Amino acid sequence: MLLKQRNTSFRIGLCIAACIAAMALVGYVWTPYDPDMIIGSEKFLAPSLRHLFGTDNFGRDIFSRTMVGIGTTFFIAVGTVFIGGVVGIIVGAFTGYFGGVVDEVLMRINDALTAFPNILLALVFIAVLGFGKYNVILALGVAFIPSFARVVRTEFARHRNMNYVKSARLMGAGHLRIIFRHILPNTRGVLLPALMIGFNNAVLAEASMSYLGIGVSAPDVSLGYMLKEAQSYMLTAPWYVLCVGLVIVLLILGVSMMGDGMGKGEK
Amino acid sequence: MTMKNIVKKVLMMILTMVIVSFFAFLAFQIIPGDPTTKILGSEATAESVAALRAELGLDRPFFVRYFEWITNALQGDFGRSYIYNMSVSELLQGKLCVTMLLTAIAFLMIVVLSIPLGLAAASCRSPWVDRAFTVLGQLVMAVPPFFIGILLTLLCGLVLHWFDPGTFISPADDFGRSVVYLLYPALAIALPRVAMTMKMLRSSIGGEMNKDYVRTAYSRGNTRLATLYRHVLRNAVVPTVAFLAMTAADIVAGSVIIEQVFAISGIGRLLLTSISNRDFPVVQAIVVILALVVVLVNFLADILNQRLDPRLRLQ
Amino acid sequence: MLEIHDLHIRFHDADHEAVRGIDLTVDTGEIVGLVGESGSGKTVTAMVISSLMPLNKAAVTGAVLLDGEDLLKLDEKSMRKKQGSDISVVFQEPMTAMNPVMRIGPQVEEALRVHTDLPKTERRQRALQALRDVDLDNVEELYNKYPHQLSGGMLQRVMIAAAIVSEPKLLLADEPTTALDVTIQAQILELLQRLNRERGMSILFISHNLNVVRKLCSRVAVMEKGLIVEQGDTEQVFREPRAPYTQRLIAAIPTRKKLW
Repeated sequence: MLLKQRNTSFRIGLCIAACIAAMALVGYVWTPYDPDMIIGSEKFLAPSLRHLFGTDNFGRDIFSRTMVGIGTTFFIAVGTVFIGGVVGIIVGAFTGYFGGVVDEVLMRINDALTAFPNILLALVFIAVLGFGKYNVILALGVAFIPSFARVVRTEFARHRNMNYVKSARLMGAGHLRIIFRHILPNTRGVLLPALMIGFNNAVLAEASMSYLGIGVSAPDVSLGYMLKEAQSYMLTAPWYVLCVGLVIVLLILGVSMMGDGMGKGEK
Repeated sequence: MTMKNIVKKVLMMILTMVIVSFFAFLAFQIIPGDPTTKILGSEATAESVAALRAELGLDRPFFVRYFEWITNALQGDFGRSYIYNMSVSELLQGKLCVTMLLTAIAFLMIVVLSIPLGLAAASCRSPWVDRAFTVLGQLVMAVPPFFIGILLTLLCGLVLHWFDPGTFISPADDFGRSVVYLLYPALAIALPRVAMTMKMLRSSIGGEMNKDYVRTAYSRGNTRLATLYRHVLRNAVVPTVAFLAMTAADIVAGSVIIEQVFAISGIGRLLLTSISNRDFPVVQAIVVILALVVVLVNFLADILNQRLDPRLRLQ
Repeated sequence: MLEIHDLHIRFHDADHEAVRGIDLTVDTGEIVGLVGESGSGKTVTAMVISSLMPLNKAAVTGAVLLDGEDLLKLDEKSMRKKQGSDISVVFQEPMTAMNPVMRIGPQVEEALRVHTDLPKTERRQRALQALRDVDLDNVEELYNKYPHQLSGGMLQRVMIAAAIVSEPKLLLADEPTTALDVTIQAQILELLQRLNRERGMSILFISHNLNVVRKLCSRVAVMEKGLIVEQGDTEQVFREPRAPYTQRLIAAIPTRKKLW
């Protein structure tokens, strides 16, 4: 019963996320209309078969723009998780595995940083780095390191004294080998859901930052940036805000359902 | 809670604040781009730049400046804004209240909504209700707070005319109307958190219901509901309070973002303009103050949990 | 006083019965031992007698008569009225069986709060008396303590105090000494014996420890795989066990003879 439920949750999530990912992938090579083509006579058209999500204030096709926007959002989220994940795993693995003074100091700093929300941390980095797509990735990636490092550290500290690690050490495996070949694969049950949550937080953070006008800026398009545009025409073109928002919701929902399903699989 | 515990916690808080303030200060020292360029423009003469650097105190060593900044900050003096001809604390004064009020309302909403709802969901044993709560919760959790804010503006503001978006009044001018306006942004922040807290509470109630002391409670003739309220609730609330404290940071962050949606002139909007203007003294001050709020909330949650669970008082 | 007739218990997710038709009686003022190894069905039987068995988990047939009233036929509400007032339970693990965030006092007097309209001060007096009855000292102070501040032996005394505060007819003791040190075990057994003697309270004592049962119980029933294979006067059973299972159990008791 439980097993079945988990699978349905995971499967539904996978379907939703895959659909949206497919939109993004197709959007890289082909969109129904040129996402930047301005047609003065086709302003604020309501959704129809010709324009699935309608058109915006410049007569641009919102569906095409959404496809490109998802692409940017995806790119930023993946990049963020990659930077945060890789550095977080390395920091967490070494501190958790070796422990000691360095561990203590780093974890103190880590605690202090997690007292501070990811997004605000990223905002501060953006203030330092300046705007733009790549700076958003860098800022978010760095801001996400502490939370990943904490998760990984806890796991490594737990596994460090387990028997399989001891026996690997007795057989003469080096520390690096033990960390990456023995322990790391065993932490995937915790790590994968954490990466998924991280992905969602990154989508959320990118959307928030671009919405605030300090993330992605024109000519780039991202979901958050579109929402910012859409809000100004909320009453004339409500479909604009609704369609773009719905895509974000679905993306986050899909990934979180996948993560949930996987988390339950561990028990 | 013993005195020793409190002292230890307070020391930890101070250490955290030292680290945060240090990083906040450091971050704005290592960046390229001198604030003088921003203030004077790129065509300023070398002498005028040097004069301004001396005036802003930028020509002295890093640690001297950090130490000076932190001692002043402790007395409520965060320096002067580069852009506005005002001290940072003057600039923050009214806005900080607004943001704190918004955060407090949101926090209150989360507690008031999620704990009774979580209990109701746990009391009701119908699998359909259970499933409905799960699905609804999953959905609500996936909606970004600022998008909920946009939807609320659209629905309650523009369509139903329950409030007039963009007409926020400072609580100092009309506290009542201010609070009423803030209910909508607070709801936008609170909704996803309510769903998360409910999920948390339900799962911890579920875990507690399998414990031995629940069996003992039944053996004394308690009904399921009496067991739930008299025995399980207090045990289950402890991890929930810890969870709420952990999300305090996100609630504060949520306020900062939602202010933009509802055009509220709080600390969040100030932070955004200061970031755009590279007005670093303001950004630094906001960073430190927000971190202090988060740390204080965590401290209070710790004390509350020690009141709720006597076992925590030992550690 | 307690009569069990042809009791069958079958878990819905199991393919055989956990209890396969047992008959057992406990007379007023008697201590009866129910012995068997883990999985023999003794704890399940106790759960059914005390109505702690979730109805959706197992099918129960037969009769459990308490003073002639069949507990299995009672509706939920009337059953609750018996739980904690007519029948009390003492569990194996005192550390986990008590609510960690509730003070000792309220837990001891809980049965009174559920079943009587006694005012608060009166409940408190009775709880303090019950704590004194189980040989605890400084009861006023104890009343306001939390479970984690007491030792296992003290907690088990508290659990017994909570069980007898409502002066039940029957006390179900499910391995109450298993989790305790041997010296504490002996004290708890003495306590149970004294309570039985002074109050005439019947006790159904469930244990896998034959030595303990022999010391405490006047009669004993031996369970194996859901059946009672032997029952009778304790000394009789120990001296001349008839069922092969009982013989093996007794033979497995470590005796002092081997040390000599």
